[in-house]
Amino acid sequence: MHPAASVILFSTLSGLGFGFLAFLGWGALAPSGWVAFFLWALGYGLAVAGLLASTFHLGNPKNALKAFTQWRTSWLSREAWASVVTLVLLAPVALSDIFGLVLPRVIGQVGGTLALLTVFTTAMIYTQIKAVPRWHHWLTPVMFLSFALAGGAMLSGRVVAPVLLVAVGAVLWAVWRVGDGAFARAGQTMGTATGLDRLGVPSVLDPAHTAGNYLKREMIFVVGRKHAAKLRKIALVLASIAPALVLLFQLGVWGIALAAVLHLAGALAARWLFFAEAEHVVGLYYGARG
Amino acid sequence: MTALPQSTEKKLGLVIDLDTCVGCQACVTACKGWNDGGIGLSDQDPYGADPSGTFLNRVHSYQVAIPDAPAQVVTFPRSCLHCDNAPCVTVCPTGASYKRAEDGIVLVNEDACIGCGLCAWACPYGAREMDADQGVMKKCTLCVDRIYNETLPEEDREPACVRTCPTNARHFGDLADPDSAVSQLVASRGGYDLMPDMGTRPTNKYLPPRKKGPGTASPLAPLLDIKASGIAGWLDRMLGKI
Repeated sequence: MHPAASVILFSTLSGLGFGFLAFLGWGALAPSGWVAFFLWALGYGLAVAGLLASTFHLGNPKNALKAFTQWRTSWLSREAWASVVTLVLLAPVALSDIFGLVLPRVIGQVGGTLALLTVFTTAMIYTQIKAVPRWHHWLTPVMFLSFALAGGAMLSGRVVAPVLLVAVGAVLWAVWRVGDGAFARAGQTMGTATGLDRLGVPSVLDPAHTAGNYLKREMIFVVGRKHAAKLRKIALVLASIAPALVLLFQLGVWGIALAAVLHLAGALAARWLFFAEAEHVVGLYYGARG
Repeated sequence: MTALPQSTEKKLGLVIDLDTCVGCQACVTACKGWNDGGIGLSDQDPYGADPSGTFLNRVHSYQVAIPDAPAQVVTFPRSCLHCDNAPCVTVCPTGASYKRAEDGIVLVNEDACIGCGLCAWACPYGAREMDADQGVMKKCTLCVDRIYNETLPEEDREPACVRTCPTNARHFGDLADPDSAVSQLVASRGGYDLMPDMGTRPTNKYLPPRKKGPGTASPLAPLLDIKASGIAGWLDRMLGKI
């Protein structure tokens, strides 16, 4: 799949933002005054920046409000609802923290749980797609949620953060390990795609069109895969191992900031791979799937 | 609504005969021609160095290696299969993508489309292409503006690709009716679904190429084994030694 910058930024930033909002909502930090303002603004900023980035990959964003209508069937619509409800529900909790009002924490706990639910709906948008076998696996939501939890724990300075960051690494490793065989396990070949397997073994004679098209650009992305192995190592070190080590030194706010920058860079690399390495079965028609 | 109908009264669709298709691309051109009217299917740099465009129908060509028989060339038109269990419909967040309960046609309401592209991702068959100029999703409509159009002569009330096909490789009809011509064709020729394991339950069916007889060697084959003799033969040997 084409690794569009807008979608990579969206899912990475909003995942981190909603993960942080979850911890803030649950009251992991209980900040007040300007510190509370800064922390909540960071959580909201990341989540909203991510959501805004996602609108850049829409071909026709003027209809964006209509995306709230199909929550019964569409994970994308559910994500729209979950994100907006979370942001609205947590707003009074944020104000309560900033101005020292005593709003019942249960609202924050509900909002925090919804923040994680939002990350889950994001993951399900990809997981539901059977035509991309690498994504169509329960490890996809596990991966998205592990990033959100580890990122949130890291930003809110939880003791458990290094453990969760190492868990992200383990999940990434599992995602790659399982994902590499996913296309073969799905059992689709040029033969089943064309039905010509009942005749013999087909291969492409002439391309259907000599020029590029939407399908080839969007779903038959093959550039850059030779660097995948290298990028995997970089993603693993930056997203998981390096920030976990930095946090172990307990350098206070600056330590957390350094860990966050490293983690975000690794998360972006991992998310780029998530798209670039995903093989869509439509590639079979073009002979692009081995 | 992007919920799929429980069942559809009719299942209008195409039956494509891979035995008679010659890959002339007339269906591609007719489809583009008919659907280019009105809002249209845009092209980018159509006469330039890097042309690209939106098409609802593409014709591939494959060579098939067959054990103990000569290889065969198969041309293969690919367009929307109007699936019963269409994954492109349920993923749509706006309700722009829908399947009609009356005839099973899968359509896009472009006025509600946000161009997120998720439906195209969900389709295993590459049936949907985003229009790069309009930013909305395009797909085969089964020429819904022809098949019910009473201002057209009756013989033209079928999809443009079917109407134009010079070898009659494309057939249009109701696949829910077991007595329809298309259903009979599917039954007699062993029509099949593409990637049935994807669980999409396509309406369109493909008819496999018929078995060809054994290959025979060309009667001219002995003449191809040319050996130079005489002066030419001497020259050939000499030059070979230098």
